[in-house]
Amino acid sequence: MRSLFLRDIRLSIRAGGGALIGVIFFLAVIATIPFGVGPDLNLLSRIGPAILWIAALLACLLGLDRLFQADREDGSLDLLVLNSDRHMLALTVLTKCLAHWAGSVLPLVIAAPLLGLFMNMEPLGIGATAFTLLVGTPAITFIGAAGAAVAVALPRGGLLISVLVLPLTIPVLIFGVSASYGAVADPAPFLQPFLILAALTLFLAVVGPLAAALALRHGTD
Amino acid sequence: MRLIAENLSGERGGETVFSGIGFALERGEALVVTGPNGAGKSTLLRVVAGLLPAAEGIVKVEGGGDEFPSVASASHYLGHLNAMKTALSVEENLGFWRAFQGEAGLSVGQALETVGLDGLGHLPFGYLSTGQRRRASIAKLLVSRRPVWLLDEPTAGLDKASEERFAGLMEGHCREGGIIVAATHLPLGLEGAKALQMKVAG
Repeated sequence: MRSLFLRDIRLSIRAGGGALIGVIFFLAVIATIPFGVGPDLNLLSRIGPAILWIAALLACLLGLDRLFQADREDGSLDLLVLNSDRHMLALTVLTKCLAHWAGSVLPLVIAAPLLGLFMNMEPLGIGATAFTLLVGTPAITFIGAAGAAVAVALPRGGLLISVLVLPLTIPVLIFGVSASYGAVADPAPFLQPFLILAALTLFLAVVGPLAAALALRHGTD
Repeated sequence: MRLIAENLSGERGGETVFSGIGFALERGEALVVTGPNGAGKSTLLRVVAGLLPAAEGIVKVEGGGDEFPSVASASHYLGHLNAMKTALSVEENLGFWRAFQGEAGLSVGQALETVGLDGLGHLPFGYLSTGQRRRASIAKLLVSRRPVWLLDEPTAGLDKASEERFAGLMEGHCREGGIIVAATHLPLGLEGAKALQMKVAG
């Protein structure tokens, strides 16, 4: 399992891996927002956490279609499925999700504080948003894995995955954003939405890989 | 151990490709599956490996013990695709499969030497020629031990010398008590192998 994790991390940073594509997309979206919304600093800092979360969500979805498709195209997926007696397929999927998260999504979380400055957010808000992203984005990857497994056989499944996965990520988005606001705006609570966000991530860490494994097992042809 | 297939039939897109296929292979036996394009050779191998559900019939191994309880756990599957990442070096690719598949066999260096690729391990897999890629993929069979080898057109793209070397590898595997099922339309040079001729259905 460790070898699979290391292989996927290596692939994501080597040429064509696309680890930085997500960060660049994230940067592009955030940098465009002030031009569209206008230079109202109060407004920008108020919508900052929500914009960061939405942009991060979209950037997460960007690389998901390659999660299993790359392995399918070169035949590795067959061998991963074939070895499911030694390594439970759901655990294999979980490992691939964690590697994808660490390789492609963690850079987004690291870049988020910097991009928060673009939105004129105060330090506490930036910290809270980055922290909720850290806790919440794995959930997006886990849901995305199920979507990617369903669409693995489709040649241009990228958009389909986004359409399949976006509705399911709405709860993560809602609780992520409300926890980020809770940290800044006083009457709103931080802890409750944050705990629900953490629970979502844990719940989806089990359900997502199981669903993806089921789809992969029946999707081989 | 024994590899047994009883009354197998396979489907592709709802159409029966083959039916009523059965064989039983003891330790050290090989089966060469031949037939024209579209006869279902690849489908048969995928059904045997468990990558496709069988429409009818069963495949099982007997006497695999705790190490190899099922066909999937006892098998190496070498398909049309090489299952190697072009961005990683040959050594990294083989090292990964050696660690992931368990039951470590030859070391990566030894395996590369056996297929005649020594000195090329540091190159990215994408830089290799078609035949060299195939040989690297064959080295994958050697880095972890599996009693059953399921080979789909294993010699496609290989030159004469590599074909002979691979025939030697297969004979060695059988001598050590392994089982081989190979689909091909090129002669593999396997002596004493059983033959299964498939026909296009309908």
